[in-house]
Amino acid sequence: MDIGLSHYLTVAAILFTLGTLGIFLNRKNVIVILMSVELILLAVNINLVAFSAFLGNLTGQIFALLVLTVAAAEAAIGLAILVVFYRNRGSIAVEDINAMKG
Amino acid sequence: MSVAAAFFYLFAFVLIASAFMVISSRNPVHSVLFLILAFVNAAGLFILIGAEFLALILVVVYVGAVAVLFLFVVMMLDVDFVELRQGFLQYLPIGMIVGAIFLAELVLVLGAWATGPGVAQAVSAAANVAPAGAEAVSNVRAIGQVLYTDYIYFFQAAGFVLLVAMIGAIVLTLRHKAGVKRQSISAQVERTAKTAIEVVKVRPGQGL
Repeated sequence: MDIGLSHYLTVAAILFTLGTLGIFLNRKNVIVILMSVELILLAVNINLVAFSAFLGNLTGQIFALLVLTVAAAEAAIGLAILVVFYRNRGSIAVEDINAMKG
Repeated sequence: MSVAAAFFYLFAFVLIASAFMVISSRNPVHSVLFLILAFVNAAGLFILIGAEFLALILVVVYVGAVAVLFLFVVMMLDVDFVELRQGFLQYLPIGMIVGAIFLAELVLVLGAWATGPGVAQAVSAAANVAPAGAEAVSNVRAIGQVLYTDYIYFFQAAGFVLLVAMIGAIVLTLRHKAGVKRQSISAQVERTAKTAIEVVKVRPGQGL
């Protein structure tokens, strides 16, 4: 059986679902939520690269590169906010993040 | 089953298994290590599909930078992770239902995906790199030819995003401790002979 586009799309779909499931299950742990977001972005990247390869167009790979950049920036900023929050409150539980009454 | 197909199933299986371990592991350090495994396997998938540059970038950026960042933060913060895991089983049923519905929809949509007979050729013809010429040009060279010409503004914007992220992370985590003596360059530069030296006339026998 030949590996086609739908195989890659299915892998990416399962990965995306696992990422959303991780956000649901680890409601209290911000670190695991950030890792789940990374998994979701990886699934999106797999989709982009698969379409790029099977359609013979490099735009998808360029866009995946930009998504990678944004993911790295997001991880850096998110973890920095986490460190500052831990310094102030001594905890990283999501329920405690209510200083802005949101 | 060809070798490429066997490797696809190997990479895909390990990728999904490690992604599952990321969200279900008890210890966040294990989660980070499984995240690294997931990214390495995704890089393997990228190599199989012919995107070598992105595969190596994925290894360098994620395994080299982001995962190590996660690891540092997990190990630096003294957090009771057992307490944070409470409620895991509480959210399990609703999470499973939502996840199953979501996955079924995605697979139904994507599994039925089929490009029309002429779409691939039409897109390739409109693309900058024709598929016939793509064999002669390596993936890295092709990306370089496109990235620095047609997508130069996006490239610059990505660099700007990274700059903002760097400055933001430094500003957020920098803290000034009270009581630490630091070098004040402006005070040093402003210092002149007039303000630094005080001439005192000392009368004999009296002292200061």
